[in-house]
Amino acid sequence: MKTLLLTLLAAGVAFAGEALSGEVEKQALNMSAIIMFLIFVGATLGITYWAAKRTKTAKDFYTAGGGITGFQNGMAIAGDYMSAASFLGISALVYAKGYDGLIYSIGFLVGWPIILFMIAEQLRNLGKYTFADVASYRLQQTPIRTLAAFGSIATVILYLIAQMVGAGKLIQLLFGLDYEVAVILVGVLMILYVTFGGMLATTWVQIIKAFLLLSGATFMAIAVMAHYNFNFETLFATAVEMKDSTIMAPGGLVSDPISAISLGIALMFGTAGLPHILMRFFTVSDAKEARKSVFYATGFIGYFYILTFIIGFGAIVMVFQNPQYLDVAKQAIDGGAPILGGDNMAAIHLSHAVGGDFFLGFISAVAFATILAVVSGLTLAGASAISHDLYASVIRAGRADGLMEMKVSKISTVVLGIVAIFLGIAFESQNIAFMVGLAFAIAASANFPILFLSMFWSKLTTRGALFGGSLGLLTAAVLVILGPTVWVDVLGNAEAIFPYKYPALFSVTAAFVGIWFFSITDKSENSRKEIEAFEAQNIRCQTGIGAEGAVEH
Amino acid sequence: MKQELVNVIKNDPDYIRLISERSRFAWILTIVMLVIYFGFVLVIAFDPEFLGTPLFANSVTTIGIPIGVGVIISAFVLTGIYVRRANTEFDDLTAKIKAKAKGE
Repeated sequence: MKTLLLTLLAAGVAFAGEALSGEVEKQALNMSAIIMFLIFVGATLGITYWAAKRTKTAKDFYTAGGGITGFQNGMAIAGDYMSAASFLGISALVYAKGYDGLIYSIGFLVGWPIILFMIAEQLRNLGKYTFADVASYRLQQTPIRTLAAFGSIATVILYLIAQMVGAGKLIQLLFGLDYEVAVILVGVLMILYVTFGGMLATTWVQIIKAFLLLSGATFMAIAVMAHYNFNFETLFATAVEMKDSTIMAPGGLVSDPISAISLGIALMFGTAGLPHILMRFFTVSDAKEARKSVFYATGFIGYFYILTFIIGFGAIVMVFQNPQYLDVAKQAIDGGAPILGGDNMAAIHLSHAVGGDFFLGFISAVAFATILAVVSGLTLAGASAISHDLYASVIRAGRADGLMEMKVSKISTVVLGIVAIFLGIAFESQNIAFMVGLAFAIAASANFPILFLSMFWSKLTTRGALFGGSLGLLTAAVLVILGPTVWVDVLGNAEAIFPYKYPALFSVTAAFVGIWFFSITDKSENSRKEIEAFEAQNIRCQTGIGAEGAVEH
Repeated sequence: MKQELVNVIKNDPDYIRLISERSRFAWILTIVMLVIYFGFVLVIAFDPEFLGTPLFANSVTTIGIPIGVGVIISAFVLTGIYVRRANTEFDDLTAKIKAKAKGE
């Protein structure tokens, strides 16, 4: 259970660890899946072509021209969040542990209302292309942008590796392609979407995928419920008969309160510090659309988690102990009733059980599309940090010309894509379960505190943000390395130096205390000016007067 | 933004009202969400058996199911409550502040 939880931490890596980390058997070519996937690729490349013609300026490239509606953006945000890992991973957790899967998914959802109440509108009013725009609004550009860009790139790379490795293994399993071929395919398609179509193509790919995934999951949930005359009691009773009654109550997913709270903080604040999510708030026209985005996103994501819960139980009753999906070879060694490809395949097998080969192909293609869409969003966020924060604001000190900046971001996209392919191949057989957890920890401990305090605390100074943010980042990284996920599981030591799997409670506290301390002790001339500038910033933050892209006539 | 405009807006009673009302409302909703979520987490940590209580006599369905789903729905409902008030009251106030700022 513990390894499963580690594997699942922060959704990104579910299938990268546990079930798919061992030997993955290449499956026979799955023709219906491949045909449906080709249709998806064809359609999205068409969208990319359409988007490319509309992507002329840096603003178009980073924010789709700021013309995405709240509903569309809500769908795209939900798409960013509903990765293949959260679909397969959470349904697998429900399949294996029942109620614990529900607990886990709830942690991912509750960050959204907080984002809405605290930062969504403010972000839209203050920012332009990246969250560093907001963090450095009244502070010194060079140090703050550099730190924010570093936090963004670290988050993006860690997340990308996890997604690429997961993608390679999943595709190998679903489509029968070689691991390397799969990784290269994902990398190349992602580079095409992002370089040519920018944010507009990335957003629409995400919207289409979110629609397909929600439709597919809805169909599966309804098919399962129809079997039991839409009576939950009958479904649960059958599931309990097949497993045991522990699946109906908490089963040790969160055992001690410190871990429970720390995980909650990582999920909540981490979500509010993920660069590819924050960037989505700049694609809408104003604060009103920004807040509508979160409303719709929360609805879609919550609905999706309820579906995965039903799907997980559906898999217990229709896949578990079904000889068709039984891994006979594994059963001979380990006993029990293991399913082909491991628990993470539970939802995939269920799609076959309720809809046959055709629907299996559809869900497989959707899973692939999901990976593509998520890596595209990540890469765009990483490229923006390089081109907008590092190149235009730091190296060229804000004097970069827009076209040149866009060129740099396209080059960065290609470079990031190639790096992702290489890292994806290099990490194929490594234990990468800690990576998304670390990404969330960094987002929660470096990106979020700086962003939050820059908007809400007038006494924040450059020195405070720089020292406190770095402290948060380092604490998160060091505690993850000394903790059970890396120290024991990766480095093979017997016992962890830091006992908790999730460092967020400690690293987020370190960041906030650090920022507070180094800000209030900062008596420089600069800091006085920065504090004075808060008032003007706050007016724009609260009302949107003078905001980028705001409609003011 | 010019300093004169900053001074005008920051003393505008509508602006003061917007800031205090909205931040109060946002904090209340945030605290409600935190209490619901961490309350749920603490029940899991300290009294997991409670969530395993049957929902009604002899039912397999436990009380944890509607509670868990309820937490998900509460997140959505809270965002709805915020958006509803922000779309009307707060946006009206903002529009008034903007109109006055333009007149200066």
